[in-house]
Amino acid sequence: MDRKDGILRKADEFLRIFRQGEEFTRNLLSENERLRFRIAELEESRLQDLNESKIRHYEEHVRMLEDELKRLRERLSLLEAENKDLAKRFALAAVENNNLANLYVASYQLHSTLDYDEVVKIVVEIIINLIGADRFAVMLLDEKLEELVPIATEGSGTGARREDGIIAAVIREGESYFSDVPLRKASDDPESPLVCIPLKIKGHVIGVIAIYSFLAQKSRFSDIDYELFNLLAGHAATAVLSSKLYSRSENDYGTLRNFLELLKEKTI
Amino acid sequence: MPTILVVEDSPTMRQLISFAMRRIPGSRVIEATDGVDALKKLSSEKIDIILADINMPVMDGLKLVSLVRGNSAFKDIPIIIITTEGAEEDRKKAMSMGADAYLPKPIQTQELIRLVTEQLGKR
Repeated sequence: MDRKDGILRKADEFLRIFRQGEEFTRNLLSENERLRFRIAELEESRLQDLNESKIRHYEEHVRMLEDELKRLRERLSLLEAENKDLAKRFALAAVENNNLANLYVASYQLHSTLDYDEVVKIVVEIIINLIGADRFAVMLLDEKLEELVPIATEGSGTGARREDGIIAAVIREGESYFSDVPLRKASDDPESPLVCIPLKIKGHVIGVIAIYSFLAQKSRFSDIDYELFNLLAGHAATAVLSSKLYSRSENDYGTLRNFLELLKEKTI
Repeated sequence: MPTILVVEDSPTMRQLISFAMRRIPGSRVIEATDGVDALKKLSSEKIDIILADINMPVMDGLKLVSLVRGNSAFKDIPIIIITTEGAEEDRKKAMSMGADAYLPKPIQTQELIRLVTEQLGKR
């Protein structure tokens, strides 16, 4: 009986210890589960922090890029404005360059010869080809006769001078005259040219260029036309007068030389 | 390197056109004083484009155009007519004879350079 009791007591004891072990294991498992959950939480939180930091970093980067983009856009619009300005300046420079080329050629040609007829021909060429005149007259003032003598005419312009007329006023005042009439309209009145340019040497008027009509395609004056008129006023006058004087001096020299040779023959 | 033949009897216009043509990069300019002179230059030089006036002594620009177009060696050379004749019928006449472009005087050199560059680009 006692032995049986002892076995039962030991079995109860073992069962109690086993239950305690079971309880302990369950507790351990539960703690393990809790800790794993906690680790997962911490891991998630760490990742979240990391993501937030990355987002902050990216946001900062985006802000920086946006600033850069803004700066680049500003720079681009500045460059575009500069580019437009340069293109405008380039176009102006090209026009100026062409104008200077026209003036250079006209001036070069006017002073390229001392032959009077050639000089007159060049003046006529400039008036037709560079200015675009159709009917005109180039006239020199004969101070002894007090009248204008045409040295070249194209069309019907002859330029009679009436004291109260346009041509007389240009000679008197030495200032160019430009009519308000549209260039497509021609003038048939020799006293009323559309344009009258004085030929001047040091302010002294030696003649005029009177233009009565322009080529059909010439609808308006450009800047270069006014420059050419100015050039003709000065350079054509000098070229015409110097070639005229040169021709006269050549003739005089020839006459004198012949006379001297004749004298020599007579004295021998 | 394009070779440009300028056919013009007026020395002023010849110089002005040549001056403008020399501004085309790499261009070489040859001058002729009339149609006959131009034909001589055509047979001795390789010409890429012709700029010709209409009113010239000896042989005018229109006659030159018809002779160039009638010659198998030169018929494809572009020709630009530069003249004081600004009327539409003059332009039509020049174009019907075989000119490629027509520019009335007084010329705007930028316009001339643009036309020449355009014609050279078509070749």
